[in-house]
Amino acid sequence: MDRRFFLKGAGVLGCSAAAHPWLTTLALAEAPGDNRLVVIILRGAMDGLDVVQPRGDAGFQAARPGVRSPAADLDGFFALNDGLSGLMPLWAASELAFVHATSTPYRDKRSHFDGQDLLEAGTGTDLFSGAQRDGWLNRLLQVLPGAGSETAWAVGREAMPVLTGTAPAQSWAPDQDLAVTAPARALLEHVYADDALFHAASHTAFGLAGMEAGKGQDVELIAGFVAERLRESARIAAFSLTGWDTHKGQMRGIRQPLGQLQSAILRLRDGLGPQVWGKTAVLAMTEFGRTVHENGSGGTDHGTGGAMLVAGGAVRGGMVHGRWPGLAEAERYDRRDLMPTSDVRDWAAGALMALYGIDRQVLESTVFPGLRMEAAPSLIL
Amino acid sequence: MDSDGYAIRFGFGLPARATDPAAMIAALAGPDRAATDWPGVTLANLAPVIRANRAARKAKDEVAQRSARRDADALALRGAKATFARALGSDDPFRERLVAFWADHFTVAPTARIEMALPGILIDEAIRPHVAGRFADMLRAVTTHPAMIVYLNQEASVGPTSPRGKRQKTGLNENLARELLELHTMGVGAAYTQGDVRELAELLTGLTIAPEQGFIFDPRRAEPGPETVLGVTYDGAGMQPILQALDDLAARPETAAHLARKLAVHFVADAPDPALVAALEASLARTGGNLLAVSEALLTHPAALDTKTVKARQPFDFLVAALRALGVQPGEIVEAAPKAFNRLVLGPLEAMGQPFHRAPGPDGWPEAEADWITPQGLAARIEWALQAPARIVRPLPDPREFLTTALRGRAGDRLVWAVSAAESARDGVGLVLASPEFNRR
Repeated sequence: MDRRFFLKGAGVLGCSAAAHPWLTTLALAEAPGDNRLVVIILRGAMDGLDVVQPRGDAGFQAARPGVRSPAADLDGFFALNDGLSGLMPLWAASELAFVHATSTPYRDKRSHFDGQDLLEAGTGTDLFSGAQRDGWLNRLLQVLPGAGSETAWAVGREAMPVLTGTAPAQSWAPDQDLAVTAPARALLEHVYADDALFHAASHTAFGLAGMEAGKGQDVELIAGFVAERLRESARIAAFSLTGWDTHKGQMRGIRQPLGQLQSAILRLRDGLGPQVWGKTAVLAMTEFGRTVHENGSGGTDHGTGGAMLVAGGAVRGGMVHGRWPGLAEAERYDRRDLMPTSDVRDWAAGALMALYGIDRQVLESTVFPGLRMEAAPSLIL
Repeated sequence: MDSDGYAIRFGFGLPARATDPAAMIAALAGPDRAATDWPGVTLANLAPVIRANRAARKAKDEVAQRSARRDADALALRGAKATFARALGSDDPFRERLVAFWADHFTVAPTARIEMALPGILIDEAIRPHVAGRFADMLRAVTTHPAMIVYLNQEASVGPTSPRGKRQKTGLNENLARELLELHTMGVGAAYTQGDVRELAELLTGLTIAPEQGFIFDPRRAEPGPETVLGVTYDGAGMQPILQALDDLAARPETAAHLARKLAVHFVADAPDPALVAALEASLARTGGNLLAVSEALLTHPAALDTKTVKARQPFDFLVAALRALGVQPGEIVEAAPKAFNRLVLGPLEAMGQPFHRAPGPDGWPEAEADWITPQGLAARIEWALQAPARIVRPLPDPREFLTTALRGRAGDRLVWAVSAAESARDGVGLVLASPEFNRR
């Protein structure tokens, strides 16, 4: 055999996916209500201070003489990074909000890895990274009446520990090519017919791969796919956006992940349509914030308090939630980071209570074990 | 079970040289040839790169940082290639399967890009040398390896009343102690308490790493005084009480039961015959954790030799088996251009759900067939089966011959018919590789 394996390089695997305009539709006896939840994990630590800028705080300009992106006023105190200017209509329509100065209970070591573990496990720091084997969205599924195997989706190639656990959930990467001609597909179906596991998995895969989630960048594929699922039987979806670790050249570097976040939100809104968008809450959360002061290379380093973005027709929009701690050195955490004034889990728990009617006791013991829900105002209308 | 059956269940499939349990055990008892034929990466290779990266970060020297990252990436690639080359080329594939099994039992994952080669280093330095030896020795080697100490945060654990603990606000970190009991030895359901976890964590204080030396025991971090774990009191200075506790944990009957069940689940069935588990457990108990003996017990127990294949091949095993069936030589893997290796091997591995040496948590990869044959996982296998072989061999083999090469009489009627009905060699070869027969073992 004449080999050309590896040595001459190889092109991208085939991408001429044959269209399968048909979807799997699984009849559901019941569904957990009508509300939709999308959780976006912003991996790499989004700089909340540059995204939702506290321009009304005298300490801000002093700490950020260089790293301060162009921004538009939100409420006279905070201003929104121009990288999200496409979301201003949502702000005006009260479909966009932020929580500022919030964080997980993670402190001090400022490792992405541990911080994301804790954010997705939804636990306190009494458990160390990896000790909690499942994620808080999965534990929600475990207690959600009417939840089935099609209720929740992890979308994209990135592993989603937040949705991992014993409750069944679906996963799919919309950029997965499945270039199968009609005759080859018929033969594969013939070969799988006697094996229930392969039959079911391939049946779903052919349906999903044939879906036109739309053209565009990965993030648009993902958000378009999520919208399709949520318009049908799914109620919960999770995916990640990366690129937030802006140690240098932040003003340029943060534009790309902000653009992705903006595209994701707009694509979700458009894909869901007004009716479903009206019942949807999107929570975009990150493992921790970044330092108050810019560093010597035009960026910021790992910090503590950060910001969460909230969007959707079901949210209390048009406001920046959370208590602002101030930026003076004595007001900071460890004299360097934005002081967290709330636990990000508290806001998420409140949203789950409002969206799905989950009891406070279940939220504090099962979904977010160890959390004491303070009377944080609900993010949900 | 015939020779092919052993190659499929306990190796990486066909073609394979004729074998039987006696030959497999003899090879396993002999020298580890694959490790020398296809050398991996050592901590001595990686440590200077990590140090250079740290220094470059401190000095904010971006050129030096980029160079350190490039060096680290090259080491990670070399390690990944060595793992594939050994699995493809070894005459002793059962050893490679055992290495993967124990590597999963003692899962570590990189916590930063600079450390991508670290899991492979732990495997080569602490696991491979002991797969035909004693479990207690493997446990000692793994627990004191820098990769495990970093992964389970042991370097952050300080005895609260140790000299360091009294000066600093840092304290005990229970992570390594908990996983030692829950994952590495007794198992999650076993009768240990939170008190045992805490005492063991106190006992382990002092295990840490130093930038220049790697693993060290630092008495200034060690919690003074005796600790009592599972009713046994450990006292004294230095490593001795820690090593004694590890030996005692390795010898616990709960540990034998836990390891026996995991071996049976991994190699034979998601729901294994209790008689097989009992036989493996008895072997471990009788021999004091002799892993060669338990491997022999596994290869010879009637319940392990049921020819019905009920396990799903995990993605790594699937890719190795497919490359082997296609006739790819280990040298081609070693020589492969990085880009091609990523596109044809490491990328697809991730799409199939098993990113290389990046398990999601310390409990490693799942075992159940339903965790692997998912819509996403199967789509990635089908896509690879249909597209990749044409990029690997030219011309493609005749699909009917390839069916024999890869499955030798194990293809069902449906597959035999479908392969003969395929409209192209590409589809025919793809059908073989995507079939349930090929994806089970």
